[in-house]
Amino acid sequence: MGKLENRFPDNVFFSTADSLINWGRKSALWPETFGIACCAIEMISAGCSRYDLDRFGIVFRASPRQSDVMIIAGTVTKKFAPVVRRLYDQMPEPRWVIAMGTCAISGGVYNTYAVVQGSELIVPVDVHVPGCPPRPEALMHGFVLLQEQIQRTHVLRRGGPEHAAVS
Amino acid sequence: MGGPNLRERIEHRFGGRVRDGGLPDGMQTFLVDPDLVVELCQFFKDDPELRFDFLSDICGVDYYPEEDRFEVVYHLYSIAFRWRVRIKCRSGDPPKVPSVVGVWRTANWHEREIYDMYGIVFEDHPDLRRIYMWDEFEGYPMRKDFPVRGYKDAYNPFGDEKTAAAPSDTGGGER
Amino acid sequence: MPIDYLPVFLMVGAVSVLALAILFVSSLVRPSNPYPEKNRPYECGVDHWGEASAGMFKVHYFVIAILFVVFDVETMFLFPWAVVLEEIGLFGYIEMFVFIFLLLVGFVYAWAKGALDWES
Repeated sequence: MGKLENRFPDNVFFSTADSLINWGRKSALWPETFGIACCAIEMISAGCSRYDLDRFGIVFRASPRQSDVMIIAGTVTKKFAPVVRRLYDQMPEPRWVIAMGTCAISGGVYNTYAVVQGSELIVPVDVHVPGCPPRPEALMHGFVLLQEQIQRTHVLRRGGPEHAAVS
Repeated sequence: MGGPNLRERIEHRFGGRVRDGGLPDGMQTFLVDPDLVVELCQFFKDDPELRFDFLSDICGVDYYPEEDRFEVVYHLYSIAFRWRVRIKCRSGDPPKVPSVVGVWRTANWHEREIYDMYGIVFEDHPDLRRIYMWDEFEGYPMRKDFPVRGYKDAYNPFGDEKTAAAPSDTGGGER
Repeated sequence: MPIDYLPVFLMVGAVSVLALAILFVSSLVRPSNPYPEKNRPYECGVDHWGEASAGMFKVHYFVIAILFVVFDVETMFLFPWAVVLEEIGLFGYIEMFVFIFLLLVGFVYAWAKGALDWES
């Protein structure tokens, strides 16, 4: 843990400091490009010019070492699940996970022998974006929800609904 | 569709050992026993009048609970003449079929897929191991007695419970 | 005059202090949670394989780097020599060739010993 995390009371000074820190974190969410299946197409088109994600400060990074949020876009098969877990482990904190599409949320249509029934069984998920595939606007809405969740996080303050995103 | 003399040529060369399977879906089909598969495929490929040099696909079929449960279906295509033909080969349980890797190199992965999904062992295959499922996976998913939802494990809380009757053979390596 | 460079030194000092202060404040606020899985080297999520993964890599990289440093310093000496060549005349010209010849002996030795071969 950082030396100053989660140890101050909830007064006006620290809540302002928290909102400053959270503003910095939410305004530059760098996702790891983790498109597995068809939802990756919608993620790509959300990042392209019509439904621009760059205006939210979202810059896609190829490496988990440089990213804040992992968008699990697509069906996670059981063969691939250890890779997903390891890539999540290699992200530095604070980190968040968006499960995009029904396959990432619950296995989707594929209730079969080869598909993990929800990436919640592998990594802790913060935002679920349903759809098959979700439209780019839905993914943007998911990011906005994640930003609101980050804004409510208590970084310096004690207690609160969500501590600084560590798991 | 084969050339006009396809059936006659096969009849002349193999006699009654290769049976005529009719024209399902407009494609000439031959039924053959497993021990004659490689010879028949080599004939199809090498004969200058036929020249079936392209192996389109090999599929596996499970006819559970019939007697000869497994079937391997080969789809051949002649690039020069633009003909198609199908070869079907029934096999019992446990299934063993000779490999046609010596005839067409592309059969390598097709046969690995059939081994992974059905458990049909291909003799003389250079590298028979699973191709879709992970190496330690138990069971053969496309068989009719394998549950669609798979068995219950950490990633699949809705799967069926593993019973004693379930096949518990790992297909990790060559048998 | 060295005193003319005072603004530059002030700028360097201010930038260093600012950078260190920002990094220090960040270190107080950010989470620090290292665990073994996180510290593994990144290889697209799979286990490592290959020669470099076991810590074995070619020592030849080091040999080539050392040779490069030596001959790069020699090249560095050639530049000011070329600038003042007119002033030092024929004597300076011959002297530099003696210098190059001495280093050439070392180069031929390294070549003959196989230091330049990539395959060991």
